[in-house]
Amino acid sequence: MSSVAKKKGFGGHIWDYLTTVDHKKIAILYLAAGTLFFAIAGFEALLIRVQLMIPNNDFISAGLFNELLTMHGTTMLFLAATPLLFAFMNAIVPLQIGARDVAFPFLNALGFWLFFFGAVFLHLSFFLGGAPDAGWTSYASLSLYSPGHGIDFYVLGLQISGAGTLISGINFIVTIITMRAPGMTFMRMPLFTWTSLVSSTLILFAFPPLTAGLFLMLVDRMFGANFFDHTMGGNTIIWEHLFWIFGHPEVYILVLPAFGLFSEIIPVFARKRLFGYSSMVFATILIGFLGFMVWAHHMFTVGLGATANAIFAVATMAIAVPTGMKVFNWILTIWGGSIKVTVPMLYALGFIPSFVAGGVTGVMQAAAPLDYQLHDSYFIVAHFHYVIVGGIVTALFGSAHFYWPIMFNRALNEKLGVLTFWIFFIGFHLTFFLQHFLGLMGMPRRVFTYMADQGWDTFNFISSIGALMMGLGVILLVINVLISIKTPPLNRRDYWGDGRSLEWALETPLPFYNFKQLPLVRGYDPYWIEKEEGNKEGMVYAEPMGDIHMPNNSILPFIMSIGTFIAAFGALYSPWGDQAKAGTAESVSPGLSLALLIGGLGLTVLCMITRSVKDDYGYHVHKEEVEQVEKELAEFRAKGGKR
Amino acid sequence: MDVNQKFTPQNWPQHAETATMEGKNKFVGIWIFLASDTVLFASVFATYLALKDQGPAGMEFSAQGLFELPLAFMMTMLLLTSSLTSVYAMYHMKNHNAKGVITWMAITVLLGLGFLALEIYEFQHYVHIGFGYTQSAFSSAFFTLVGTHGLHVIIGLVWITGLILRNAKRGLTLYNAPKFFAASIYWHFIDVVWVFIFTVVYLMGVLG
Amino acid sequence: MMKGLKKWRLFALLSVLTVFLSACGEEYISTLKPSGPVGQEQLNILILAVSIMALVVIVVSVIYLLAFAKFRRSKVGEDFMPKQVEGSHTLEVIWTVIPIVLLLILAVPTLTATYKFADVAAADEVDEEGNKTALTVNVTAKLYWWEFEYPDLGIITAQELVVPTGEKVYFNLLAADVKHSFWIPAAGGKMDTNVDNLNKFYLQFDEESEGLKDGVFYGKCAELCGPSHALMDFKVKTLNPEAFDTWVAAMQATEGNVADPNSSNAGEAAFANSCLGCHAVSAVTGAGVGPNLTAFGDRNRTAGFLEHSVEETTNWIMDPENYKPGNLMTGKYSVTEEEAKAIAEYLMTLSVED
Repeated sequence: MSSVAKKKGFGGHIWDYLTTVDHKKIAILYLAAGTLFFAIAGFEALLIRVQLMIPNNDFISAGLFNELLTMHGTTMLFLAATPLLFAFMNAIVPLQIGARDVAFPFLNALGFWLFFFGAVFLHLSFFLGGAPDAGWTSYASLSLYSPGHGIDFYVLGLQISGAGTLISGINFIVTIITMRAPGMTFMRMPLFTWTSLVSSTLILFAFPPLTAGLFLMLVDRMFGANFFDHTMGGNTIIWEHLFWIFGHPEVYILVLPAFGLFSEIIPVFARKRLFGYSSMVFATILIGFLGFMVWAHHMFTVGLGATANAIFAVATMAIAVPTGMKVFNWILTIWGGSIKVTVPMLYALGFIPSFVAGGVTGVMQAAAPLDYQLHDSYFIVAHFHYVIVGGIVTALFGSAHFYWPIMFNRALNEKLGVLTFWIFFIGFHLTFFLQHFLGLMGMPRRVFTYMADQGWDTFNFISSIGALMMGLGVILLVINVLISIKTPPLNRRDYWGDGRSLEWALETPLPFYNFKQLPLVRGYDPYWIEKEEGNKEGMVYAEPMGDIHMPNNSILPFIMSIGTFIAAFGALYSPWGDQAKAGTAESVSPGLSLALLIGGLGLTVLCMITRSVKDDYGYHVHKEEVEQVEKELAEFRAKGGKR
Repeated sequence: MDVNQKFTPQNWPQHAETATMEGKNKFVGIWIFLASDTVLFASVFATYLALKDQGPAGMEFSAQGLFELPLAFMMTMLLLTSSLTSVYAMYHMKNHNAKGVITWMAITVLLGLGFLALEIYEFQHYVHIGFGYTQSAFSSAFFTLVGTHGLHVIIGLVWITGLILRNAKRGLTLYNAPKFFAASIYWHFIDVVWVFIFTVVYLMGVLG
Repeated sequence: MMKGLKKWRLFALLSVLTVFLSACGEEYISTLKPSGPVGQEQLNILILAVSIMALVVIVVSVIYLLAFAKFRRSKVGEDFMPKQVEGSHTLEVIWTVIPIVLLLILAVPTLTATYKFADVAAADEVDEEGNKTALTVNVTAKLYWWEFEYPDLGIITAQELVVPTGEKVYFNLLAADVKHSFWIPAAGGKMDTNVDNLNKFYLQFDEESEGLKDGVFYGKCAELCGPSHALMDFKVKTLNPEAFDTWVAAMQATEGNVADPNSSNAGEAAFANSCLGCHAVSAVTGAGVGPNLTAFGDRNRTAGFLEHSVEETTNWIMDPENYKPGNLMTGKYSVTEEEAKAIAEYLMTLSVED
């Protein structure tokens, strides 16, 4: 049972990751997959910016450009930002609350594999007749009109990966509610755990409308239903509502964990307790709540009427208040502290002004009459990239540096990290700051080209240069990761020296059960408290050494996800859709389509039946074995991490 | 704690469904899942209300002319009763009466099957008179809303049937008690959703 | 915290900002140089919002930079142990209340303007004789072109909107195929053209377009609508009321115009054979399959964005897919290069202006 001693071949490692239910390994899977899709979507962004570098450019054709912008947005939000945040949630939340694993390890693995196969399915569209081309919002009239299978890939791919995200969300909520160590009350939870909880709750309520919307579009496109066909009584505005009831909370689903990550980084490097903890928690919940009340501010120009626009304008402005509270709390955490400027802190310090800039432009767009001008112009492009890159991407990069020691027992290079930060940060502002003015100067978004002499040429050129710098920054970060593999293992706890929460109390590499005894949490910032009291162990224990109950690995999540993947092809090539009947989309015979659908879903159901018929009690690691593992780990660390 | 430990009615815990960590997780998990499912149904309900009676110019079908209350009422009664029988099953679980649990769960399944049969009859009747899935926005919305509920019923039936078959012979343990409990909560939820469908689709449809 | 930044500096900064904003962009397309009251009011809200937001950004930046400057570890010393404060109720109240006040200041003009811009009741007002008092234009957005119908004047045109200055012009917006969005940045904010329902709003133009660089304002489609979304431009010509009336009369006088297939003009004959099925040459007609070409000769651009010349028009007719991918004109006709050139020359003669 030892995590160290057992030697595995390459195949063994692959099998281990295919079947794993360990939250630490699933975190690595999320990290790897998220990075892959981040790189793909980033490359798409570079192609977009190269095309827009000069007016009347013909580097990329109009149709391909729409595919690129759609896939860039969809991939970045669903397949890059979400899994990368899930990576940190998986890696850190159980450690922060003093748990040995998540509540549903099996579902945790299932969530990942569904996400992964959904993402792969979506990306197959590039090779199977063209990617979706109606924007990440995929507004109904255009997406019904769009020929070929692009939109079908979007609908089915997101449906599958969305199911994975929902499952993971439920898993995190239950984990945080039931698996907290003794003494870890709600108001002692680290802020990253809090934001993960609120963000998962948002997933819980925001993804079903997306699921419903995607399903309506699925049956409209592939099985001849009429939800969005106005000649048959349908209504395209329903899609816009369902999409944005999901879409707006989605922004907070992503940005709240990012806030949480910064709320972990800043106190550590300011050597000071997070200022206004309880108001931070309150603000998080309030943002989450208000996040559901404002979706129609994406639809100010749709024609919902003055009253609807007025209500949603005011509700949207209200969100600025709790967000402002957070910003001031971060600054006041720094105030009076002792600031050490490491790479994670650099990202945090860069985040504050960037995010404030993104936030205030959001308030400007909340003013509905002003939004009539700003909506769907480059101003909005600038705004949401300030929020997403300035808020979420900086959080991800900073946290990668911050948590690398815990996740991999290695540290990323600081010097290279500083260089990466500055290149990326300057590139980011260069890219997006001027886009505000492009929008104000009348440039609509999602244009594949523009005529010269409309006053947009210089700013677009500078913007593209900035994008190339961001690309360089990301390459440097990847190089940093590759270099870190060759560095010696850390074999220590509290890498940054000023860790405050439980995850820093553990010595790396972590044993597979995390805590040999469950810790007893005696207050907020438990590790800090123990250090103050000179406790060398880093924690006090709530139980004596004993048997540890752990979940069994399983290949079923992987196979279940393959089942949905197969079924998706059955739906994709359905002969019953309007496009298939009109001959504008390929289709297969009814028999084959049904066979794929039923066969694929049947495989999934078969796995579920297997799962329920075959009892899975997990297994117990006996006290002696735990002691043995601890001893081996100690020897391993003593030898500098060499076997 | 050994989850396969044999219990007697005397030492059977008061809340067997949450007596183990796994049980507690299942208990919290099913409630959280149902919260999410509620939003799913809310979305489909909203879509139905927006598209009710909407169709191509000159459509002959309307909710008022289409739906028949007696059939819907019978379906409602079957499902409400099945909810009650699942309560009996849970009552017997509290008393560690495995046979009672299995029997009442089986009756629940039978009533659910009855409901499903009526629903299938209703659907094929509509298709027969020309109100098929692709006929109009109204028909798409109706079949999607009621069909989503029907799919939930099917999943519930498969789930409970599986539990019955798997556990018929081995009595109640702390391993399977949370499973029965979660399934019964799910079944209640389906019942509640149906009450809304009956009200919004059938009653409000017929009364106009 | 604000010691170093006196009030006058703030105002100086704001006025610089205002100047900078208004120096941005070309007059015929920039929202920062509005040519009517709607755009002007939106710009006023923009300036108010930017001022408030600049204030917020400055305050945050000052505190932030001050904190960073004062409390770096290199300054406070390696062994300095900060006081572990929990928070401050006073501060929390301050930074909750002040933003609320700032937002209320922004909310008031927001709400008034929202209701004001949505008020289209005057569009249906009539004078004693039962004639509409205001000008209404029915805008139909179609895949990559715009149709403008003047229902009360009985005329229709495409791609180039002609409106009088100094009065509110009401727009009824609809999309014929997929959703588009109608935007004239210099005149005011946009509104979507939905496929399901009619949207109504108004704009007002106070400046004649004659003096602009191209003699027209630029209009854009703002909602992704397919491959050629970027090329779905239109132009707006604003005339003084007298000139507008003259234009209307000239358009109305084209009633009954058709192209003659037996014409001695090779271009007209070819047009009648290949194009007339979709393109009308009379402004007094219903909605067309393709853009109405009655005033083609007066236009500023061909196909909305190409140079308005015989050569470009010929190229366009020969291979529209090359210029506007996804358009619905490709493949509906076949003409030789020679015919195309003749058609282009004929089209250039279609003019209602002197």
